[in-house]
Amino acid sequence: MFSPIDFAILLLKIGVITLGFALPIGGLLTLYGDRKLSALIQNRVGPNRAKVFGIQSSLLSLPQFVADGIKMLFKEDAMPDNADRFWHFIAPALALLPAITLWAVIPFGDLYCTGTVQVKDYMDVCVGGEQKNYFSIANLDAGLLYVFAISSISVYGAALAGWSTNSKFALIGGLRSTAQMISYEVTMGLSLAGTMLIYGTLNLNEMAQQQGALLGGWLPAWGIVYQPVAFFLFFIAMMAETKRAPFDVPEGESEIVAGYFTEFSALKFGAIQLSEYVGTIFVGALVATIFFGGWQVPFLYGDGFHFGSGGVDIAVPYEGVVALRLVAFIAKTLFFVLLQFMLRWTLPRFRYDQIMNLGWKILLPISIANLVITAIIVLAF
Amino acid sequence: MNVEQVLFYLFAVGAIAGCSGVVLSRNPINSAVSLVAAFFFLAGNYVLLHANFMAIVQILVYAGAIMVLFLFVLMLLNQRDEELGPRTFSIAPLLGIFAAAVVSVTIGAGFMSYRNATANFPGEVPLSFGTAEQIGRSLMTTHLLPFELVSLLLLVGIVSAVVVAKRRL
Repeated sequence: MFSPIDFAILLLKIGVITLGFALPIGGLLTLYGDRKLSALIQNRVGPNRAKVFGIQSSLLSLPQFVADGIKMLFKEDAMPDNADRFWHFIAPALALLPAITLWAVIPFGDLYCTGTVQVKDYMDVCVGGEQKNYFSIANLDAGLLYVFAISSISVYGAALAGWSTNSKFALIGGLRSTAQMISYEVTMGLSLAGTMLIYGTLNLNEMAQQQGALLGGWLPAWGIVYQPVAFFLFFIAMMAETKRAPFDVPEGESEIVAGYFTEFSALKFGAIQLSEYVGTIFVGALVATIFFGGWQVPFLYGDGFHFGSGGVDIAVPYEGVVALRLVAFIAKTLFFVLLQFMLRWTLPRFRYDQIMNLGWKILLPISIANLVITAIIVLAF
Repeated sequence: MNVEQVLFYLFAVGAIAGCSGVVLSRNPINSAVSLVAAFFFLAGNYVLLHANFMAIVQILVYAGAIMVLFLFVLMLLNQRDEELGPRTFSIAPLLGIFAAAVVSVTIGAGFMSYRNATANFPGEVPLSFGTAEQIGRSLMTTHLLPFELVSLLLLVGIVSAVVVAKRRL
C-alpha cells in the first residue's frame, strides 16, 4: 500500500516538522523566551555575562544560549540514591515523546493539488489531479481526538518523574501536576466539543478548510467568530496543560524547589524543559488551526485574492498561495506562543486551590453551558 | 509475512508482555504502567483492524483518564518495597496460570472452529468503517437504546460518587 516514494515523503515530513520546526523553535524559545523575553517584559536586563573570547558583547545574547546548551550537555547526570533507576531514566522521555507525537496531525498547509485549482463557494476544488498530503504528517479522520488522546498521555511523564526520584518535593510536584492536568483536560475537551458541532468534523485540515468562508462577504469565518467563549476556555485550559506560569504549581520553585523535576539534571532536565516548550508551541499551532483559520490567509484562495464576490482580484500562482499559507500558519502559531509568553511573565503564580477552583467551578460550568447553547443553536439553524 | 502480519505479532507480543507485567511485577506502579503499555499495544491492533476511532478512544479513556487516576492513587499511597510484606510462595498464582491457560485454550479453539466453519470472510471493509462518523451514526440509530442506557448508568455512577464523597465532606 505504501510506495517507497510515499515512505520517503513521510519520513521527510516527520523530520522537517519535528526536528526542523517543533524542537528547534522549542529550544530557541527555552532560551530566548525564558531569558531575554521575560527580562524585556519585566523590565530587567536578563543574562548578559556570557562572553566570546573575553569580549563583552550583547549579540542578542546568543553567546548565552550557546553557554546554556553546552552546560546542559556536559553537566553530571546525577541520580538520587533511592531513586527508581528505570523510571528515573524513562520519565524524561515519557514527557518529551507525547509532546512531539502531537505534531503528527497539525496541518501546516492544505492538501496539495496536482491538477488545477478552482474556487467554488470559498473552497478550493481540485480538478484533474490528486490531492497530496504534503503539509501534515497524518491527515487523520479523528485528528482532534488524537490530540486529546496524546495530550492525556503526557501526564505520565511528569507524574512518573515526580514519583521515581524518591524525593518528597518531587512527589508533591508530580501529584500536583497530575491533579492539574486531569482537571483541565475536562475543560479542554468540552470547550472543543462546541467547535466539533460547528465544523461537523474531527479532521483538523477540514476544519481549516471550512474557515476559508466569508461571513457576509467580508468577515473570515474563523473559529473565534463562531466560538469566542470556547477560544478563551481552551486557551486557558491548554496553558494549564503546559504547566508553565501562571499555572506552574507543579514546579513551584518557591515552595517545592523545582517540583517534579527537582532531581533531574543534564539532558534529562533538558528533555523535560523542552517538552514544556514544544507543548507551548503546540498550543499555539492548535489554537491557530481551530480558532484562527489554520493555514488560511483571509481572502486568499487557490488562485489568488478574492476581495469581492466577483472573480480573482489579485492573481497568485498556486505555489505562491501554498507558500503564503505556510508562512501564515507559522506566523499565527508564533503569535500565540508570544501571547502565552506575555501572559506567563505578567501574571503571578496562582495558588493551588485557586487553580482547582478555576478549573472545576468556573471553567467547567462555562464550557458545559457553551456546549449546550452551541448545540441548541446548531440544531435550530 | 506482510507488514500487517509483522505489526500484528509485534503488537500481540507487546500486549501479552504488558499484561504479564501487570500480574508479575511486585511494584504497583510498574503494574499500572504495564497496563498502560498493554492498552497501547491493543490500540495498535485495533488500528490494524481498521478501527481507528476505537483505538484512539481506547487510549483517551483507558490510558489517558482511568489509568492516570490509578497512578495518582498509587502515588499518593507511595508504598515502598518493604511495605509490601515479605515475598511469600502461595499456590494461588499457579492455580491462576492453570485457569488462564484453560480459558485461553478454550477461547482459541472456539475461534479456530469458527474460522474453519465460515468459508468466506466479510472481505474488504469499506473505507468508512470504524470512523467517528460511522460509529456515531450506528450509536444514534441502530444501538440507540443501549447507548442511552449506558449514559444512564454513567449518571448513576456520577451521582453515587457525589453521595459517597458528600458523606465525608
